[in-house]
Amino acid sequence: MAQELGWKELPEGDALKAGTAADFHTGDWRSKRPIKDDKTCINCLFCYIYCPDSAVKVKDGKVIEIDYNYCKGCGICENVCPVKPVKAIKMVSER
Amino acid sequence: MVQVVAKTGNEAMAEAMRQINPDVVAAYPITPATEIVMIFSQFVADGLVDTVYVPVESEHSAMSATIAASAAGARAMTGTSSQGLALMYEMLPIASALRLPIVMPEVNRALSGPINIHNDHSDTFAARDFGWIQIFSENSQEAYDNMLQAVKIAEHPKVKLPAMVTTDGFIISHCLEKIEILDDGTVKEYIGKFPAYTKLLDTSNPITLGALDLQNYYFEHKRQVAEAMKTSKDIILEIGKDFGKKFGREYGFFEKYKLDDAEMAIVCLGSFAGSAKAVIDEYREKGVKIGLLKIRVYRPFPDEEIAAALEHLKAVAVVEKCDGFAAKGGPLYDEIKSCLYDKKQRPLVIDYITGLGGREITHSQIIEIFDELKHTASSGKIKEAVQYKGVR
Repeated sequence: MAQELGWKELPEGDALKAGTAADFHTGDWRSKRPIKDDKTCINCLFCYIYCPDSAVKVKDGKVIEIDYNYCKGCGICENVCPVKPVKAIKMVSER
Repeated sequence: MVQVVAKTGNEAMAEAMRQINPDVVAAYPITPATEIVMIFSQFVADGLVDTVYVPVESEHSAMSATIAASAAGARAMTGTSSQGLALMYEMLPIASALRLPIVMPEVNRALSGPINIHNDHSDTFAARDFGWIQIFSENSQEAYDNMLQAVKIAEHPKVKLPAMVTTDGFIISHCLEKIEILDDGTVKEYIGKFPAYTKLLDTSNPITLGALDLQNYYFEHKRQVAEAMKTSKDIILEIGKDFGKKFGREYGFFEKYKLDDAEMAIVCLGSFAGSAKAVIDEYREKGVKIGLLKIRVYRPFPDEEIAAALEHLKAVAVVEKCDGFAAKGGPLYDEIKSCLYDKKQRPLVIDYITGLGGREITHSQIIEIFDELKHTASSGKIKEAVQYKGVR
C-alpha cells in the first residue's frame, strides 16, 4: 500500500483514480469459494461477464482461473452457470 | 442594464436561477418545497433555460440527483424548505465531502411537528454542521444578490463547497417587493463558466467517487472540508466587496446598523432585522444608543469579526427563531456567547427565542426587548438569560 497522505497532500473530495481495488486483496473475508470443474465447463464465459469483481480470468476465450484474492464468494458465477444437470461451478464452504 | 421589478422572494430566487442557467436542476416541486423550483420548472417548459430538469420523487432524491449531476461535471442546483431540507440531511454532508459546489435556495420554515408551514430558522440551523455555506437574506433583493454571489463563492477554486442561500418563509418568500435585477448577459459574464472540478463522465480520466473511506482517510477528508470552510471566509468578503464595486451593493459577513456608537444591540438573522431597524430608529430619536448586527453568513461563522463588533457593548439581545432544545438557550445564543468569551470586556447577553412556527414578532414585543436591554445595560445584571418571547 502507498504511503498514507496527510490532508494537505491528499486529493480533495474523496476522488480517486479508478481501479484502485486492484491494489488490495479484497476477497479475504469470503465464506464460500467457487470451485470450477474444468471437465464440464463449456467456456460460455457467463461467469466472466457476471462476476462483479472481475475475479474470473479468461485467456484465449477460455476460463483459466478464479482469482481468490478478489473473489468475495457471492455465488453469482454458480447461479449463472448454464451447465446441466450439474453446474460446472459449485460454491463450497471455506471451512 | 439594471431593471427594477416587483418580485416575491421566491420569484427573485427563481429569476436568479434562470439567469444562472444551470445545467441540471433536480427537484421535488410540491409541498414542503416552496414555489422556487416550481417557477423554475415553468422556465424550463417555456424554453427560457438550457437546463435538464429532473422531477424526482422526494427531496432525498433531489439532493442525490443534484450531487450526481454536479459530480458528473454539471452546474447543478435544487431548492427546498423545511421538511424537504430535513429529508435531504443524509445527503448534505456527502455534497460537502465530495466538494461539489452546489447552490441551493432554501426557504427557512418550521420543522414538523406539530405540522406547520410558516417561518422560523429551525430547519436551516439544524443543517449548520454539514459543511455547507449558509447565507441568510433580509429581503428579496438580498436573496437575489446572495444567489449570484453564492455561485461565485461555492465554485471558487479555494472553496469548492456547497452553499445554501436562505430567505424567511412567507415573510420574504411570498411578499412582493421592488428589487433590482441585472440583465441576463451581465449575470452570465459575472458567474462565468462552470469550473467542473469533478468530472465523473470524463472517460479518458476515469475516477472513483465516494469510495469507502475508513479510519485511514476519512479524518483527512473532513479536515480538508474544515480548511475550505475557513478559507471561504476571505473569498466571501472578496466576492461581497467586488459585488459592491460592480453592482453597487456591497456585502460582508454581517450588516452593522447604528452599531459602532451603540451601547446595546440586537443580534439576529433574516427578515426580523427590518422590523428591528424601524424600532431602533424610534429609540435613536429618543437618544437611546441602540444598534443591530444582522448576521448574513452563518456558516462559516465569523466569530472573531462578530466579537470585535460587539465587544464594546454593555448588553446584547440575541433574537433567534430557533430553539435547540438544549435546555440552555438557542444555537445562535451559544455561538454569540462563545465568540465573546476571549474578550476582556464583553457585553451581557440575553437570548430571546421567538417567532417559532411563524408567530409574529410585534412592535410592542421589540419594545419590551429594548426596554429590558436598557435595564440590563444600566443595572449590569441579567434578570433571565433565556426567554421565550411572544409565547402565551
